[in-house]
Amino acid sequence: MLNTRLLTGRLGQLVLSLFVLIAVTFVIGRMLPTDPVGAIVGELASPEAYEAMRVRMGLDQPLIMQFFRYVTDLLQGDMGVAAMTGNPVLQDLAIAAPATLELATLAIIISFVLGVPLGLAAALRRDTWVDQVARIISLVGHSIPVFWFGIIGLIVFYAWLGLIGGPGRVDVFYEGLVPPVTGMITIDSLIAGRFDIFGNAMSHIILPAMMLAYAAMAYITRMTRAFTLEQLGQDYVTAARAKGASQTRLLFRHILPNIAVQLITILAISYGGLLEGAVVTEIVFSWPGLGQYMTNALLIGDINAVLAATIVIGIVFMVLNFLSDIAYAMLDPRTREAR
Amino acid sequence: MTTIPMTPPARKGAFRRFLTDLAREPLGLAGAIVVAALVLIALFAPLLAPYPPAEQSLTDALLAPSAAHWLGTDEYGRDILSRLIWGARVTMRTVLSVTAIVGPIGLLIGVTAGFFGGRIDAVLMRATDVVLSFPSLVLALAFAAAMGAGLGTAIIAISLTAWPPIARLARAEALVVRNADYVSAARVYGASKWRLLFLYVTPMCLPSVVVRLTLNMAVITLTAASLGFLGLGAQPPLPEWGAMISAGRKFMLDQWWVALMPGVAILITSLAFNVLGDALRDILDPRHTRD
Repeated sequence: MLNTRLLTGRLGQLVLSLFVLIAVTFVIGRMLPTDPVGAIVGELASPEAYEAMRVRMGLDQPLIMQFFRYVTDLLQGDMGVAAMTGNPVLQDLAIAAPATLELATLAIIISFVLGVPLGLAAALRRDTWVDQVARIISLVGHSIPVFWFGIIGLIVFYAWLGLIGGPGRVDVFYEGLVPPVTGMITIDSLIAGRFDIFGNAMSHIILPAMMLAYAAMAYITRMTRAFTLEQLGQDYVTAARAKGASQTRLLFRHILPNIAVQLITILAISYGGLLEGAVVTEIVFSWPGLGQYMTNALLIGDINAVLAATIVIGIVFMVLNFLSDIAYAMLDPRTREAR
Repeated sequence: MTTIPMTPPARKGAFRRFLTDLAREPLGLAGAIVVAALVLIALFAPLLAPYPPAEQSLTDALLAPSAAHWLGTDEYGRDILSRLIWGARVTMRTVLSVTAIVGPIGLLIGVTAGFFGGRIDAVLMRATDVVLSFPSLVLALAFAAAMGAGLGTAIIAISLTAWPPIARLARAEALVVRNADYVSAARVYGASKWRLLFLYVTPMCLPSVVVRLTLNMAVITLTAASLGFLGLGAQPPLPEWGAMISAGRKFMLDQWWVALMPGVAILITSLAFNVLGDALRDILDPRHTRD
């Protein structure tokens, strides 16, 4: 069913991208103006101790060997130790990732639930006030700085109106009460049957998720509108209309199935974008995810942690792109083998 | 309502025609006016700003907007309006620098790939796809962290990942144009490859690249502000809008205007670039008309 040539080609692309990503992080790590050995042994270390550490870190080897070691360490899941926490970086990231995942997943759900109907409505009511409103909502979403929007949201909905929980994932007195299963508090609290904690966690996550969702929604609205307009110009739509199909039937039986494949592609791309948006959103909402971990590491110059987070976010980003292409190839009959 | 002209417009009237087209797009015209105003504000910041941007006055710290300080003051008693006006310089410098780096590089890579095709195309587009698959903000963060924070680093970091969309677009255009009759005609007359590339193909790819660059300016504005917000952009005492929001965060519950005002400036700037880019696309590229 799946075009194998396309699959291998795309897989090769993925591997190449991952390799380049790793090479880039390696180069960035070596560009550092600071002395990595001195940072560990300290200024007062004897030349012998300094040299011993240099050898232990493999820095006496030629660059190509250092790179080789870097790659083999990575393949074994060894990303070094974070100076910030004293833990292996991978362990830190495993704790931080579910928080980001939770936020980005809720955001993508919100952005689809709002964005697709808005895009459909804009296309079906083209050049009416509906279309204009959708256009303005989408334009502003493309232009708004998400971290600033988050701050304004906190001022209005938390400080002034008191409608939602503030920064963080739950109120302080709820923290650490549910056993971590998935690491996502909204799901863990349901597993533990603590609906009070679930409610509290939802009141904390809803604002950052909505703020984050807005930019993705702007993109999804715009694309849904474009896809739908493209379909509306097709002969089959005219034929269906001539046969007397109602607007609803036209929408659900004809148009939606035809744009579904394109929407799935958009889904993966938007999710990648959300992961990036999460980096700055997490700072504003004190959300203990990958973004906050990375920024904290940045501020204290813990380059190991920064590069590891870059690689992890990069891998997720690339795999999403890859899956999007594969899904497109699998679902769209035109890209199958016969072509 | 733009239609494809049957005869090419006379050179002399082209710019005037462009202005008439722009005037028919109220939103696009507004975007153009705002962008022009921002450029003027950036150029004449010393004349326009009511106070010096770095002048501290601790007795005037965190004042609400008033007649003396239209947008209030920050925690050092600096006038926020003056800092926003000077900050326009930082933003415009970033946006123009990145565009000046990314535009020619993207155009050259894309046009070369599309025009020559074959192995050159395969290699260049592979590289483009690889960079395109990077999470740009995260990579810019890592890069800025290694190079040390600053305006120059931010410009380079943003440029590194901003050229692929331009290259892809220029390639798509070049693929179409290289088979046009007038290019074949020039080839028959003995024009060299490079002559064809630079004088016949590249100019035809310019309009859509300009549109894309304009839309890109909105993204650059936002990315630069994000870097500034994280402390990786222009360093104090330079008044950078994103950094101003970050500083204002500490007082957001009581002195909300400190964080609010720079965000409005970013939103307006980015919105203006987006609206102008949309309008330019409708005017310059007949295939993408809205109606």
